[in-house]
Amino acid sequence: MMSSTIVARVKQRQIAQLISLGKRLDGRGLTDYREVQLEMGVIGRAEGSARVRLGKTEVMVGVKIEIGEPFPDVPNEGVLTVNAELVPLASPTFEPGPPDENSIELARIVDRGIRESKAIALEELCVEPGKKVFIVFVDVYVLNHDGNLIDASAIAALAALLNTKMCKYEVKEGEIKIKPGFSPLPIRNYPIAVTFAKISDKLVVDPWLDEEQVMDARLTITLEKDGKICAVQKGGYGHFTTQQISEAAKIAQEKAQELRKHLVKS
Amino acid sequence: MLQKMPEKLIDENNVRVDGRGLNELRPVKIEAGVLGNADGSAYIEQGKNKILAAVYGPKELHPKHLALPDRAMLRCRYHMAPFSVQERKSPAPSRREMELSKVIRESLEPSIFLEYYPRTSIDLFIEVLQADGGTRCAGITVAALALADAGIPMRDLVAACAAGKVEGRLVLDLTDLEDKGGEADVPLAWMPNLNALTLLQMDGMLNRDEFEHAVNMAIEGCKQIYKLQKEALKAKYVTVKEEVEE
Repeated sequence: MMSSTIVARVKQRQIAQLISLGKRLDGRGLTDYREVQLEMGVIGRAEGSARVRLGKTEVMVGVKIEIGEPFPDVPNEGVLTVNAELVPLASPTFEPGPPDENSIELARIVDRGIRESKAIALEELCVEPGKKVFIVFVDVYVLNHDGNLIDASAIAALAALLNTKMCKYEVKEGEIKIKPGFSPLPIRNYPIAVTFAKISDKLVVDPWLDEEQVMDARLTITLEKDGKICAVQKGGYGHFTTQQISEAAKIAQEKAQELRKHLVKS
Repeated sequence: MLQKMPEKLIDENNVRVDGRGLNELRPVKIEAGVLGNADGSAYIEQGKNKILAAVYGPKELHPKHLALPDRAMLRCRYHMAPFSVQERKSPAPSRREMELSKVIRESLEPSIFLEYYPRTSIDLFIEVLQADGGTRCAGITVAALALADAGIPMRDLVAACAAGKVEGRLVLDLTDLEDKGGEADVPLAWMPNLNALTLLQMDGMLNRDEFEHAVNMAIEGCKQIYKLQKEALKAKYVTVKEEVEE
């Protein structure tokens, strides 16, 4: 996904050869995820937050909630905004500056999963139709890049949303008054992204950084809680066949369930 | 120009708002070689979509330090004209346009023999003059033709088309209304000779079965578009031949 940290040609060949034999350099099976570690509520100042470690990949997500104006075409709904920062401290290939196409794509894939699965009950975030609604800012902060930022970010975003507490409020003569106490953000669905890399014409799940350097193409399938597909994104310079897409959809369904169980348990 | 969401997008006879059947494309008109300065260019009208594409290159890459030692760099800009949509769109590139530029580039890269032109750039510009849903697909279709028109060696043309779900039924080539009022949209690009999917996105909600059906439906659409692309490319050289013979 991200442009080159250099992997030696020998290692590239080794990764590709092993995968053609159904093995991986780090000992995982082709459809095994790295270990997922999840911490919730790591930032007290944020309304919700989570830190996810997927192997050595590390992503933090903070949720902030503010009052703002709704979009004119949906005056009765709150607003969801997802942004991703590839923080320079996370990788030698990340540069400071405005978001590049990689961080925009990452944010938009995470956004699509949450939005299309209707994970947040946005209609409950309306204060005054057409005038005042809550805006949910989901900020994805990549802290260490070791591949598969998409899945790590999607898990972290969902965890942070589940962790989000909103202030209670009442409306008096058009003014919003904060009352004591908190209520959770209304969450209706649990979208999980499953990313594949195509290497040696085989599909591997959860590619780490070196595999991403070798892969021909990338495919992310996001599934909601009932196993329906709610977002898909192909990336990378290569291509997929229709058979590979069907195969990926099937594997993704199983993997998403596994990951969701893990998340709900914590 | 104001479009209102009708009560029903598909009637009981499976006829859509614009009179099409469920797996019918909008009328498509494609033309190659439409701009004087560009090395290759093409124009497409697909329903109300009107899109121009131009290719410059292969040429020297600036800034030079970006040059790739073993292949050409394809650079792509997908851009919508401020007047192409209902509410004026700011001409500054939006996040959507940045993402689309990236996925369009990645959908065309597999078709080009980039390794023939190391250290160069091939610059591709897609301008959406009028938009009515499915502009990324029509953009890819017309861009592939512009690349071919520029004489750049390609493995195959790339044809693109979307399928989706509207009011519980799978449909081909969604308009803006159908996209907004529908349940799902699956844009896809395909190289027919290689059975290679080079773009695949989806948003909305589909079960696995529906998703696979939508993919196959979109591929059928791509087959029709591929034919039109080839005809457009041939048509250009027929006119050249006629001019020479006169």
